[in-house]
Amino acid sequence: MLNALSHGFRVVGRRSINAVWRMGSAARFMGLVLLRSGPSLRRFHLTIDELHFAGVLSLIIIIVSGLFVGLVLGLQGYETLKRYGSAEAVGTLVALALVRELGPVVAALLFASRAGSAMTAELGIMKSTEQLSAMEMMAVDPFARVISPMFWGGFLSMPLLAAIFSVMGIFGGYLITVVIIGVDSGAFWSQMQSSVDLRNDIMNGVIKSVVFGAAVTAIALFEGYDAPPTAEGVSHAVTRTVVTSALAVLALDFVLTAFMFTGV
Amino acid sequence: MQRTTLDLWVGIFVTAGVAALFVLALKVGNASSVNMSDSYRVIAEFDNIGGLKARAPVKSAGVVVGRVESISLDTRNFRANVALRIDKRYPFPRDSSASILTAGLLGEQYVGMDGGGDEQNLKDGDRLKITQSAIVLEKVIGQFLYGKAAETSSGKKE
Repeated sequence: MLNALSHGFRVVGRRSINAVWRMGSAARFMGLVLLRSGPSLRRFHLTIDELHFAGVLSLIIIIVSGLFVGLVLGLQGYETLKRYGSAEAVGTLVALALVRELGPVVAALLFASRAGSAMTAELGIMKSTEQLSAMEMMAVDPFARVISPMFWGGFLSMPLLAAIFSVMGIFGGYLITVVIIGVDSGAFWSQMQSSVDLRNDIMNGVIKSVVFGAAVTAIALFEGYDAPPTAEGVSHAVTRTVVTSALAVLALDFVLTAFMFTGV
Repeated sequence: MQRTTLDLWVGIFVTAGVAALFVLALKVGNASSVNMSDSYRVIAEFDNIGGLKARAPVKSAGVVVGRVESISLDTRNFRANVALRIDKRYPFPRDSSASILTAGLLGEQYVGMDGGGDEQNLKDGDRLKITQSAIVLEKVIGQFLYGKAAETSSGKKE
């Protein structure tokens, strides 16, 4: 009885020590990434390579998803608003939903599964094939040469991807409601413009996407760096990246929304 | 991939992203009415501002001419001081009046300006003399009930 109890406590203790240890090493890892990012920003072509990988190659999925999210939002919004005789407000609905929430959140989720998972796999395999150690042997800092450029590439491309997602979504909403259904074009834009505020809506959306970009990239890089150097370890790390960053994006979104859009 | 083509694609991506931000700011949001570089400030005193908030629009004949800058309470006479920032393009005569109105039945409250007939125009820092406060529903109902009660009691006496 006493043995079982002490065993249970030991399990809880080990789990919590592990969790705190991982948090600590993640914080230390992020500190190193930021501290050593000087050389990677000076040799900017390294960051440009990562921008190409994380940003340009994610464009197709972001554009197509944004367009379809906008089409669905426009169609659903129109069907509901039509009953209350305010079909013109569909522009407001589409723009506010995209700029405030769906743009940053869905773009971050897509970014995590498109670019974040690849970052984790790349770093994990570099570690398991001892490329990172080899760099250290040659006195090349892997943080400055590989990891910081990846971080800045992801950090810079995420807000741009979210903005492109929102614009494509609004264009999709315009396409379905104005061009196909026949809502008045002037009313669509003017209602949108009168209710979307530059500071409260658009700036807050941009802030959200910056936060999500930092969070997703940091999670992806840490999981890759921390992965056990085996094939199984890397595959688990990729899975954990996608799951953890999806949860982190949704949780952060709730916290940010609670701060930004309530009160005042 | 070649260095130059890679640079080209990254350049296209960054330009598209920045352009998307500009489209959001200019086409979707109302950036044009937020920043008024040329404006003047007028203070209007109200007995009661109801649910008026800072940054609410100031309208004249339905046209947005400015925004509510700040709201404060003057503790000398317990009236609300509402600072209005009005676009320089719209000069108002000095005896203009301000009233607090509601957009639609349940909409948000805004300040309505009615032009007067004075020769001189309002300057920066002027105070509006003629104001009409917000209609507070409880007070209207209270007055109505009071009036009804007075009516019936006087009716009984006669």
